[in-house]
Amino acid sequence: MTTKSQELLNWIDERFPLTSTWKEHLSEYYAPKNFNFWYFFGSLALLVLVIQIVTGIFLVMHYKPDASLNASGIPVAFASVEYIMRDVPGGWIIRYLHSTGASAFFIVVYMHMFRGLLYGSYRKPRELVWIFGALIFLCLMAEAFMGYLLPWGQMSFWGAQVIVNLFSAVPLIGPDLSIWIRGDYVVSDATLNRFFSFHVIAVPLVLLGLVAAHLIALHEVGSNNPDGVEIKKKKDANGIPLDGIPFHPYYTVKDIFGVVVFLIFFAAIVFFAPEGGGYFLESNNFFPADPLKTPPHIAPVWYFTPFYSILRAVTSDFLMVLQLGMAGIWAWTLMRAPAVWKAVVTVIAVLVIGGMFFIDAKFWGVLMMGAGVVVLAFLPWLDRSPVKSIRYKGALTKIAIAIFVVVFAILGYLGVQPPSPARNVVAQVCTVLYFLFFALMPIYSKLDKTKPEPERVTWK
Amino acid sequence: MIRTMKFIRSLAVAALLLPLVATASDEIELDKAPISFDQKSLQHGAKLFVNYCLSCHGASSLRYNRLQDLGLSEDQIRDNLMFTADKIGEPMAIAMRRDEAKKWFGTAPPDLTIIARARGSELGSGADWLYSYLRGFYRDDQRPTGWNNRVFANVGMPHVLWELQGTQVANFVTEDDGQGNKMKRLEKLELAKPGTLSPAEYDKSVADLVSFLVWMGEPAQNTRKEIGYAVIAVLIVLAGLTYAMKKAFWKDVH
Repeated sequence: MTTKSQELLNWIDERFPLTSTWKEHLSEYYAPKNFNFWYFFGSLALLVLVIQIVTGIFLVMHYKPDASLNASGIPVAFASVEYIMRDVPGGWIIRYLHSTGASAFFIVVYMHMFRGLLYGSYRKPRELVWIFGALIFLCLMAEAFMGYLLPWGQMSFWGAQVIVNLFSAVPLIGPDLSIWIRGDYVVSDATLNRFFSFHVIAVPLVLLGLVAAHLIALHEVGSNNPDGVEIKKKKDANGIPLDGIPFHPYYTVKDIFGVVVFLIFFAAIVFFAPEGGGYFLESNNFFPADPLKTPPHIAPVWYFTPFYSILRAVTSDFLMVLQLGMAGIWAWTLMRAPAVWKAVVTVIAVLVIGGMFFIDAKFWGVLMMGAGVVVLAFLPWLDRSPVKSIRYKGALTKIAIAIFVVVFAILGYLGVQPPSPARNVVAQVCTVLYFLFFALMPIYSKLDKTKPEPERVTWK
Repeated sequence: MIRTMKFIRSLAVAALLLPLVATASDEIELDKAPISFDQKSLQHGAKLFVNYCLSCHGASSLRYNRLQDLGLSEDQIRDNLMFTADKIGEPMAIAMRRDEAKKWFGTAPPDLTIIARARGSELGSGADWLYSYLRGFYRDDQRPTGWNNRVFANVGMPHVLWELQGTQVANFVTEDDGQGNKMKRLEKLELAKPGTLSPAEYDKSVADLVSFLVWMGEPAQNTRKEIGYAVIAVLIVLAGLTYAMKKAFWKDVH
């Protein structure tokens, strides 16, 4: 480095921790050297976040959140999307990058979460990394849901109508709550404008803050790896983990390759199948929103469907199953858990079991849908296995994860299908299995026959 | 206890119904639309659209000058296709008022700019739907317009292409619906009075019109695919280069 640029760097470093930040997070952040395929998805999630923000900035320049009708009887918001698709130079590519990016975000994030599940990345000392991640997932769902209203098509409108109506199931305050959320008695211009505001500024701000927290927490404790062993336990004379390599340049060059491969798939969808077979952009959403015409079948976008299935599965005759489940958890806590938890769970159990006799199933469906997401955050305390990685866990855990994956896929499939009695029963069975995966984890993870962890990471 | 019984009963019913779920389907069958994006077809489609559709239906997100993409010059567009607009940059909007249209047809005719994208479903593409719909009109004296449609039952739109196609009548068969009810099912349509075009010519014209509607749904779709090949080619080369770079950096990691 020349003296001039060294001088400039010194000048900055005396005023801002540039070099030390670079070292701490990149050039001297030691990551395990044995990351495999699954470890691409963290950096890919960051890439998609950037794609969404940059394309979003340009879309906001041309999009108009206005539900009033133009001279041709088309809602202005709906027409402005077509304006972007036709009259804005390069507008179609920006719009398709954004709409495909939404689905890609969930694909990448689901893979990223599944990686954590496989290798026990949520275990001590990474509980906060995991919890920040669960909050990011929650934010992402809010972001996607509100963004989906903006094109103001039939599915946008009726999807929002259905989901906001769910809040009216809350006892006592429900009806007022849903009106407060919409800002009107039905989804309307008021709703469109507030969702626009949340989608472009409020939620992204929180999302970025959480992503920063997720990364800072990760870099504080260090990355996990496919073997689930702590590389910080074995260090050389300089205090550098023996199995660690600097993130930059090793993982920057590796992730760049991952990014390019991802972009090949991404571009294939953007340029050749932007509608994603009707799953990324739904046909019905090319009809402008019409409050007087309810579509025969309202389905959320694919990434919400597993949770939507859980919601639909909770019917009044299914509440008994939930009561039994709650009673089971209660009984188990009374036998095994510390006094504080006994008290907490008793209060919850009395409220839930009692409440189910009085409050509509719809409300419990909403709660279960929420619980389906929130329960993820408890994984660090549900897993009692002596080892982290699936590589050293036994058959019980492997079977449980396999069932969980199948159940999640079935719930997702059922969520895009119109309901029927048979499908509903399948969804109910899957809902039970979904929650049993978490509820029974403290038991099966402890009973499981594990293999001993290696001292150092391996190259399997 | 009653609840338990109800739950068990619904389980049993569901198990019995399971085989039925797979076979249940909508009865409308769509014909595959033989769409073509060659300029002759698209220009013919544009002509039909302007002459037969554009008085009631708008295409308010498409500007006249975009028709240059179909190989037409501005003058050709102005002389042959622009009847209601003054400037070439204006959208293909209509003068008919929506409130009046609603009185006349029962519902305001929808804007057709992206109708080909909106009509897609599990039954077929939007093009298939439109192709079947425009060939599916038949005489029905019980309808105010005198026309009904195989694909879109009790549609408000009259058969505007009847001079070209002629008059179709429907043959109904009466069937048992499996539960003892007699149901009338449309078996097939027959041409009772021929129009100015032969059936094959009419099908070709409708295919051209549908091709135009598909093009109009996303005028950039051909550009999109062309750019797509280039982008993916570049990315594949880049994948090779970045993989070599990764290998080079990682050669000392064991």
